[in-house]
Amino acid sequence: MQFMLLFSRQGKLRLQKWYVPLSDKEKKKITRELVQTVLARKPKMCSFLEWRDLKIVYKRYASLYFCCAIEDQDNELITLEIIHRYVELLDKYFGSVCELDIIFNFEKAYFILDEFLLGGEVQETSKKNVLKAIEQADLLQEDSKPRSTRLHSCVKS
Amino acid sequence: MLNRKGRRWGADACVVGFSGGGVGAEFGDPLRERMVVPSLKLQDLIEEIRGAKTQAQEREVIQKECAHIRASFRDGDPVHRHRQLAKLLYVHMLGYPAHFGQMECLKLIASSRFTDKRVGYLGAMLLLDERHDAHLLITNSIKNDLSQGIQPVQGLALCTLSTMGSAEMCRDLAPEVEKLLLQPSPYVRKKAILTAVHMIRKVPELSSVFLPPCAQLLHERHHGILLGTITLITELCERSPAALRHFRKVVPQLVHILRTLVTMGYSTEHSISGVSDPFLQVQILRLLRILGRNHEESSETMNDLLAQVATNTDTSRNAGNAVLFETVLTIMDIRSAAGLRVLAVNILGRFLLNSDRNIRYVALTSLLRLVQSDHSAVQRHRPTVVECLRETDASLSRRALELSLALVNSSNVRAMMQELQAFLESCPPDLRADCASGILLAAERFAPTKRWHIDTILHVLTTAGTHVRDDAVANLTQLIGGAQELHAYSVRRLYNALAEDISQQPLVQVAAWCIGEYGDLLLAGNCEEIEPLQVDEEEVLALLEKVLQSHMSLPATRGYALTALMKLSTRLCGDNKAAILEKMPLVERDGPQADEEAKESKEAAQLSEAAPVPTEPQASQLLDLLDLLDGASGDVQHPPPLDPSPGGALIHLLDLPCVPPPPAPIPDLKVFEREGVQLNLSFIRPPENPALLLITVTATNFSEGDVTHFICQAAVPKSLQLQLQAPSGNTVPARGGLPITQLFRILNPNKAPLRLKLRLTYDHFHQSVQEIFEVNNLPVESWQ
Repeated sequence: MQFMLLFSRQGKLRLQKWYVPLSDKEKKKITRELVQTVLARKPKMCSFLEWRDLKIVYKRYASLYFCCAIEDQDNELITLEIIHRYVELLDKYFGSVCELDIIFNFEKAYFILDEFLLGGEVQETSKKNVLKAIEQADLLQEDSKPRSTRLHSCVKS
Repeated sequence: MLNRKGRRWGADACVVGFSGGGVGAEFGDPLRERMVVPSLKLQDLIEEIRGAKTQAQEREVIQKECAHIRASFRDGDPVHRHRQLAKLLYVHMLGYPAHFGQMECLKLIASSRFTDKRVGYLGAMLLLDERHDAHLLITNSIKNDLSQGIQPVQGLALCTLSTMGSAEMCRDLAPEVEKLLLQPSPYVRKKAILTAVHMIRKVPELSSVFLPPCAQLLHERHHGILLGTITLITELCERSPAALRHFRKVVPQLVHILRTLVTMGYSTEHSISGVSDPFLQVQILRLLRILGRNHEESSETMNDLLAQVATNTDTSRNAGNAVLFETVLTIMDIRSAAGLRVLAVNILGRFLLNSDRNIRYVALTSLLRLVQSDHSAVQRHRPTVVECLRETDASLSRRALELSLALVNSSNVRAMMQELQAFLESCPPDLRADCASGILLAAERFAPTKRWHIDTILHVLTTAGTHVRDDAVANLTQLIGGAQELHAYSVRRLYNALAEDISQQPLVQVAAWCIGEYGDLLLAGNCEEIEPLQVDEEEVLALLEKVLQSHMSLPATRGYALTALMKLSTRLCGDNKAAILEKMPLVERDGPQADEEAKESKEAAQLSEAAPVPTEPQASQLLDLLDLLDGASGDVQHPPPLDPSPGGALIHLLDLPCVPPPPAPIPDLKVFEREGVQLNLSFIRPPENPALLLITVTATNFSEGDVTHFICQAAVPKSLQLQLQAPSGNTVPARGGLPITQLFRILNPNKAPLRLKLRLTYDHFHQSVQEIFEVNNLPVESWQ
């Protein structure tokens, strides 16, 4: 996979994961063009399109578009499964995930993605293992807070 | 566990007693005292940004916050740094600059707090890349984190390395990653393996480091490790033929792994819709494809397994179809048994009938790739493919069109053409041109009869005339011209088509040409192929005039109509100029020349004497002439091929008055005289085209002997463009007989000084005459 973009129906970017080195300018240009292209697609059209020399696989979940750019020899159908798996992971983590969760917790969305894909490849095919890893990292983050915070903390469930 | 749903909470809990909140605010903390404004929490900032009603307002909020963040960075506040960077990363995603956060990433990564590292590494992945020198500075931190043994930290480091690691970083850190490959923890190992994949992509030489551990890793049971290993082996094999040969020996092992996956029972942990770990299956199949390609032995080893997967995979959901699809790709790419190949193509055929549009799409794409190598197998699915022409999704119908065209052969051409022509009538506009040219090409290759061919082209021109390529007109006139037995049929059909619709330009052009050529057959009335048609002269001429005057007609079309009228005026009036009544000789199929013929006819009609003169000899002899023209042009300038588009032809026509040119302000020039034979140049500069110069060369003969075999050639400097039209003839009878005239067209956009060299050859008084000379005293008005 070369990159994955998440964006809203209005074309606002919610997550961008790039697995190839490109300048900020190039990334912006690609994002702009691709978002436009995908948003112009009609609802009944297939999830695949050819764009420049890449294959684009996209799927809309509620108000969010999940869009991946894969290479010529990659399997489009399994990429749909990758997207779906990621949505499932987000859903499990946030509990009935919606776009707002991803907006306000964007760094978590990245952390979860980084436990599922690495360097553009699938690293873990067990949902359980991915969620467990996130949980452990979250705990470690809690533990790493300065002691004082934990004593003073109030609204924590 | 933290309640992650709470949107208003960041990683820091709010602290009672301090307004605005803040992290770890201890009593008397010197940092706290320095800060005048407590920093916004991430989610508060997001809320504020989203609350902005306009773009300008959003910008204001962000700029204000960025100023705070910058100040905070400057102050070097370690406690809030992670939160400041997180906010910066958010605005970065909105498109605002964040480069001043790059150094902060470094500091956060170097911190011992996990919170800091988490955000720091994320920042590195988003803000740093190999273009920035700063990126190398994290190498040391990564090295430390890789070796310090806390798994989540190692995970962060590996993830970052595999996302943005440059070649330099990869070289530096390869030994660390290698060590981690054989560590006990699967969590770290699986990440290390995929990091190795990235490293090999960046630094192919590192293959030698990461190849040896693969054999052992392949024995692992952990799916993540297996998956990573297979990805790694795939990468190694794709890059090196030696690695490919080396790994062929693991084919049996791969077959075993896949077989176990496929036959083992339902496992909740890795299954999707009843398919065991489709991600892993697909990856294995892909590696098998690479290993089995062009290798009999390996292909044979995997044959049975592929058949098993192809027949047993549950295809009710996408996951199963994804595996099936990969299987098909593998079968088609290796040296598989014939039966297996047919099975694979049949699977694709079934995919074409799937209700899921995505499945149909991959089927069409794959079949298109296979149509050459496995033509007969794909042919069996032709009816289904043709059905797909009716797809509403344009990307599918486009694929279906390409595939349909590839499937046309001599036995199915009639049926296929019917389908394709029906498609042409209703297809989306952006496919029209491809469909039209596809039909015409297929018709050319497989037409069962000439009449069918003419009918097909006619239909295309009527349905999608505006989308056909330029040479379609020439092709059709060529085709009709060569089918003598169909002249009457063609002209009748074209006349009928034209009478119905004069808007489709290519059709009008062909029809006009045909009527001009075979008007007599049209008026004769009889044709056994179609209904007898009574057409009289008046109707025909009226129709052509209508074309001429229609605002829809392009200049080129008008030219065709005009020529047809001229031809008819001589043919139908029974003029006794035998030469004009001769049918046009069939010219070689060649775009420019076909139009050359049209131009010749225009010239002929205009000057009321026709003698088709081949222009090739002129072109070859011109070389000699041009060698003599020194000065600016060192190179040869050939007269460019006569304008291939009929539009150009018409310009000629309109440039030329049909009667002797009105008195031009530029005086004529006598350039040659010998024994009563004279050559005269007259110049016209059409006002609407200042770069254009028209020279009419007139050869007269006041001697007692005829001039025969007269040929005039010309050359101009390189910066000018010269076109010679065919002369009116090559004989000037004695005692002032009808002169020969010839038109030169010269384009001189740069207003370069005109020079003209002429070469005359003719027979006079039983002698061959050759004269080569440069024209002197060319009037300056001819080029200034």
